[in-house]
Amino acid sequence: MKHLLSINDLTKSDAIDLLNLSAEMQLVNKRDVKKLPALNGRTIVNLFFEDSTRTKFSFELAAKRLSADVINFTAKGSSVSKGESLKDTVGTLEAMGVEGIIVRHHHSGAATTIANASWSSAAVINAGDGTHEHPTQALLDSLTIRQRLNGSDLGDLTGVRVLIVGDILHSRVARSNALLLRKLGAKIAYCGPATLVPVSALELVDEIFYDFDEALSEGFNVVMMLRIQAERMNSAFIPNAQEYSTLYGLSDSRFESLSSKTLIMHPGPMNRGLEISSSAADSAQSTILEQVTNGVAVRMAVLYRLLAQEGKA
Amino acid sequence: MSSYLIKNIQLANGNVVDIAIENQKIVDLAPNLTFKAEVIDGSGLIAVSGLVDLHTHLREPGFEGSETILTGSKAAAKGGFTSVHAMANTAPVADNAAVVEQVYALGKSAGYVQVQPIGAVTVNLEGKQLSDMGKMNKSQARVTVFSDDGKCVSDSLIMRRALEYAKSFDGVIAQHAQDPALTVNAQMNEGDLSLKLGLTGWPKVAEQAIIARDVLLTEEVGSRLHICHVSTAGSVDIIRWAKARGINVTAEVTPHHLLLTEDLVSDYNPLYKVNPPLRTQQDVQALREAVADGTIDIVATDHAPHTKDSKDCEWGEAAFGMLGLETAAAIVQTTLVDTGLISWSRFEEVLSTNPAKIGKLTDQGQPIAVGSFANLVLIDSNRKQTIGLEGESKSANNPYVGMELNGVVKHTLYKGTLTVKDGVVQKLGETND
Repeated sequence: MKHLLSINDLTKSDAIDLLNLSAEMQLVNKRDVKKLPALNGRTIVNLFFEDSTRTKFSFELAAKRLSADVINFTAKGSSVSKGESLKDTVGTLEAMGVEGIIVRHHHSGAATTIANASWSSAAVINAGDGTHEHPTQALLDSLTIRQRLNGSDLGDLTGVRVLIVGDILHSRVARSNALLLRKLGAKIAYCGPATLVPVSALELVDEIFYDFDEALSEGFNVVMMLRIQAERMNSAFIPNAQEYSTLYGLSDSRFESLSSKTLIMHPGPMNRGLEISSSAADSAQSTILEQVTNGVAVRMAVLYRLLAQEGKA
Repeated sequence: MSSYLIKNIQLANGNVVDIAIENQKIVDLAPNLTFKAEVIDGSGLIAVSGLVDLHTHLREPGFEGSETILTGSKAAAKGGFTSVHAMANTAPVADNAAVVEQVYALGKSAGYVQVQPIGAVTVNLEGKQLSDMGKMNKSQARVTVFSDDGKCVSDSLIMRRALEYAKSFDGVIAQHAQDPALTVNAQMNEGDLSLKLGLTGWPKVAEQAIIARDVLLTEEVGSRLHICHVSTAGSVDIIRWAKARGINVTAEVTPHHLLLTEDLVSDYNPLYKVNPPLRTQQDVQALREAVADGTIDIVATDHAPHTKDSKDCEWGEAAFGMLGLETAAAIVQTTLVDTGLISWSRFEEVLSTNPAKIGKLTDQGQPIAVGSFANLVLIDSNRKQTIGLEGESKSANNPYVGMELNGVVKHTLYKGTLTVKDGVVQKLGETND
């Protein structure tokens, strides 16, 4: 594995290997000295063309805990604002000897393009490309689910049922999660209004629900809520925020109807009171902060697998 | 002016003859002719009336970095064309007599093909105010085809008026059928794959809804409509219905929509980014059958050169369009003739006779007969070619590189001048008197 562009780049055993390595990284993150020398002397760039706080910090922390040298690039205040092309930006980084490129970009496929083009020889990690994929988010979600539901078991997720709710059409999290959870043996359903859950989504998941209450009555082990963005209302995907919240929000009453064993997940950032109520988000069933913690470990594992030299560390 | 005797050449109807050419015209046609002239050995080749493209982007004026009228003319000749219609989306836009006359004159001085300018339907392609259609028609360029191609004439009233106005001089409106409201930021065919790739979908209905509206408008005002680059099976159904109803509509399909499908988009390679987008195998099949049954009248290239930079980038930033002139004949042979769907006579109709008729080019698309202009393409239909990167176009956004296609254009004659000899574009004025 040279790059991580899509969950499709991983076999099932690759994925389980990464989850298991992530579990080891979690132990490192619990030590007093949270550092491994694995990527000492390696140069990694965080190439972010889109606003992000948690993903960028998470990757930066992960790289630093593996002792890599990390440089941060954000589109604002960079040469991009002066009209530089992606090709030239990547070429510049290549000339500086960057060995790993962690890229977030507003265009779907941008990470794939960097990896396939002749612009750079670096390993490329997709940290979210447009409305396509966000593979490390899916890995950290699967790690979280596995630990919560199966404890220290190092196997797959056979028998687990996951409901993903919200703006499926525009969600890279929904795509990567569907691909990975399926690979790991889980059953997945999408839920949302038909404008945001196209029928062709049945290629990705086992079931589609347009009625959230009907879906919740099916007893899913995990309910993953997605962020709804204000711009979806402007382009008539949904009538307005209140209507969306009424039909598809994880309200207090919907939350209370769930089994106390049902996990509540959200990739963040949340719109409290819109797609998720505070009591649901802050409950013991919620894994939202745990997802953030696990994100660092998962990204350490990915960086390690892609960039650590054989036999080193 | 050179004279030629083409020996033992097979015509589209299967007859094998000799063709004598003098003073731009075919002067004799029969087996075993004696005629004192340079001999072109036609054995094993098929002669078809010179190809006519109703949809070419020559990019000049304004975008000479990607193509010029000269380089585009050479690419056309290489592909067996003797005429191309130059689309109006140049800079400045061909929405007035001055620009179309300039394009016409540059085409004439290049001399490889007849460059027939297309006029814009609306000023600056903005879809708001009709362009100087009448003046362009009365100009030296004698424009009869009008198109805002690249953009749809989406306003129903403007489209109705354009259709009506063009009637005054028997012009035709060539519509780029794409409802803009349904295709905001659209990147590829809408469906399973666009969802997987996270690319904004270009739904088929955005094309079909405009075609349905426009055939009804055409019926209402009794005018003439041409549909550019039909890309879906549903569009074919609507056009078939309209023709059965007697509506005066013609339609084109591009070589790429006859051959390529959306699966090619999977790696986000912008070479395959085109508008309308590549569709599914089912659409490809319906389009092929529509050419065979007459629903689609012509194949037109939508040759759209782009600089390297505008394709060597992320998908979302890349330009729409692909080259087409040099490979069109081989693609039509490969996808339609060699699959048994059409005859060589139909090949000649869809690539020469019909586009010339739609564009009202009286010197083009003539039957290969005594008295006709010697516009001819001689094809070696038994040879295969693997498409390479090199070509006559100034641009290299060629999606067929590495593919094997059937048929090679061996010679092209434009009004008695050999523009391509043994597959090589000739320097005009040097090899000919």
